[in-house]
Amino acid sequence: MNIQTTAATYAIETRNLNVYYGDFHAVKDVNLRIHKNKITALIGPSGCGKSTVLRCFNRMNDLIPSARIEGDVLFHGKNIYDPDVDPVQVRRRIGMVFQKPNPFPKSIYDNVAWGAKINGFKGDLDALVQESLERAALWNEVKDKLDASGYSLSGGQQQRLCIARALAVKPDIILMDEPTSALDPIASLRIEELMWELAQDVTIIVVTHNMQQAARVSDYTAFFTVTPDRTGYMEEFGETPQIFTTPASKITEDYITGRFG
Amino acid sequence: MTSYFPEGDELQKFVKRRRQKGLIWRSLFLLATTLGVIVLMVLLVTIINDSMGYAAVAYKIAPDELVVGFYRGMMLDAPRAQTYTDLDDLARALAGNPNAVGLLDPAAFQAHADILRQVQVAGGDLSGVVVAVSKDNDWVQNVTILELTPLFTVAETWSDVRPGWPDAPVHRALPEAGSPALDAFVTQVYGDDPAEQPIEALLAMLAQHRSAGALRQFVAEKPLALRTQEEVLAILEEQVLEPTVVETWSLYESLFDRAAIKEAAAGMPDAHLEFRRWITWDFITSPQSSQPEYAGVRTAILGSLWVVFITLIFAVPVGIGAAIYLEEYGSGSWLDQLIETNINNLAGVPSIIYGMLGLAVFVRALGPLTSGAIFGVGDPTTSNGRTILSAGLTLGLLILPIIIINAREAIRAVPQAFREASLGLGATKWQTIWHHVLPNAIPGILTGSILAISRAFGETAPLIVVGASTAIFLDPSGPFSKFTTLPIQIYQWTARPQAAFQNLAAAAIIVLLALLLALNAFAIYLRNRYAVRY
Repeated sequence: MNIQTTAATYAIETRNLNVYYGDFHAVKDVNLRIHKNKITALIGPSGCGKSTVLRCFNRMNDLIPSARIEGDVLFHGKNIYDPDVDPVQVRRRIGMVFQKPNPFPKSIYDNVAWGAKINGFKGDLDALVQESLERAALWNEVKDKLDASGYSLSGGQQQRLCIARALAVKPDIILMDEPTSALDPIASLRIEELMWELAQDVTIIVVTHNMQQAARVSDYTAFFTVTPDRTGYMEEFGETPQIFTTPASKITEDYITGRFG
Repeated sequence: MTSYFPEGDELQKFVKRRRQKGLIWRSLFLLATTLGVIVLMVLLVTIINDSMGYAAVAYKIAPDELVVGFYRGMMLDAPRAQTYTDLDDLARALAGNPNAVGLLDPAAFQAHADILRQVQVAGGDLSGVVVAVSKDNDWVQNVTILELTPLFTVAETWSDVRPGWPDAPVHRALPEAGSPALDAFVTQVYGDDPAEQPIEALLAMLAQHRSAGALRQFVAEKPLALRTQEEVLAILEEQVLEPTVVETWSLYESLFDRAAIKEAAAGMPDAHLEFRRWITWDFITSPQSSQPEYAGVRTAILGSLWVVFITLIFAVPVGIGAAIYLEEYGSGSWLDQLIETNINNLAGVPSIIYGMLGLAVFVRALGPLTSGAIFGVGDPTTSNGRTILSAGLTLGLLILPIIIINAREAIRAVPQAFREASLGLGATKWQTIWHHVLPNAIPGILTGSILAISRAFGETAPLIVVGASTAIFLDPSGPFSKFTTLPIQIYQWTARPQAAFQNLAAAAIIVLLALLLALNAFAIYLRNRYAVRY
């Protein structure tokens, strides 16, 4: 299969997505449409399956041997869980930034360049590294020490390095799994500003525990919660101002106003 | 309000008691460490104690006696050499012949100084002997040590010695064999150490003391022109001097009980005491021998290195490969778990069992392969598969579980975050393993491999079963050679009755320890070099 880049309103959408871990039904019946070049926040209480859904978008759940996925995840009209789809191709188009900054134990330059190299990049690597670091708002801080270890940077810088690393392979979508939860408020704000910048040409899906962050940064918000038998489901989805001001669901309202969660 | 926690004095006592408990444990751990260090020290001291000390060595012919006897014979047999029992007769005969040169002791010369003239020896006069000529001799003023040699042996005329001297025949007046003056002259002019003699002299000595047949055999092995002085010297020592170590003493006895050693040595005629370090360069570079004087460990060292090399190139890649499969690709099915349990059990199987396995599989079943017969390169004497290849593969099996277990630990310790980050960029599983898992696991894998290789290096039992040779005099030349290894050599020497072999065993243990240390140091260097940590 070859994933074609086509003009469409939705970057990715799920249809009746169900996730099981062994016998445990983790997430049920998620129907979610992610708008192109917008920021979508997935919020909800702990254990509601928002990270599980996020990891379905680039088949990261494949790493968990007991995980089983039912339903469709449509990327450019193609179900990425079809047997003829190679997860490597999916991940090349849909990058990911993790909760804890996890640069490779390599130099800053190599951290950014590695992904492009293994994906067969044939252009000017130096230019690509510079461009990616500039897009991640890190270039000015590291341009004089590209040979230094990725771990010599501060936590916030490391996370921006990870974003630069993800940007270097030119993905259509970047998944962010609580990208600021390990950072201090100032570093978190910088990441949020960066997300705004990036959303001009990249679709961002972000899982966050921080509701103010979701309100500040996202265009759309999906609220997830759990049934009494701990199965997660999507309670409500809509434009962020609507979710935070006039939620349709009582449960959403209780969560947003801090009465539960 | 009642508190459920101790307060006041009770608190003081309670904290003190807890601290005391900690102190007791700390002392126990210190004790354990000390015990370990002490045991190690005792081991080292015992080995070093045996590796040097006095030895009583008996020669069939003493080395100085051989050299002095040879030159004395040459001088007495020289043309126109006349011996005199009475030195007065010698002095008078010498005085009456201007073409003669003679040797006297200093006292006899003083008594006849009126009719004789002393010849100055360049570079200092000889002690205990005087070279003299007649007062009528008007050309010899001084001679060099180099000129004395032909003057008293082969020279026919004086002009043979120095071109400026007359063409007259040389006459020689010598004291009889056994006189101190003659021996003093030989010792000082020709020396008494066989090692300092030219190859021609050594060959002549060999000819003097060995039968013509033995000499012909020696020449047949390798023409004389190609022999080096060292080779001839070694043959001379082995076939003529024939030193044997009669008894040896440990370093401790040699340092603190010298009187008893001297006494014991006095009771052994023909033997003389010498202080020996059993571990010498010769010991390391000599092949095995049935005589402790000449036995060395070169064969065993080469054997050990060859076997460990085969073990390494077999066990390390296979072990790392298996570890990668089990950790990264294995699904955790019951089959994988069965394999895992078996590997852990295999690490505890006695090594002799591996020896039996090696014997059955590599020596017997795969004999044609391990002996090299099917490649046509085998040594006919090892067509039964008792080769370095068999031994290396057997030890490889022995250490494989250790390498797998350690490599799995190292691979498991690589943070999952690196794998996720790599896969998230669109890397394949193999690219993730090759670029991120393995480089981060390499230090741990190397540490495990070092331990495993050290174990293989010191292993004895399985090699005996697989068929290590106990007495082998030829260096191994490849994987299809017969072999012995250092531990086998040590084991064999300690089982010998002769005292000197016990010292050799101690010396071989030191070599083994040093080699292990070098091997480990090299591996640690590699580990630090490739573990570039960020």
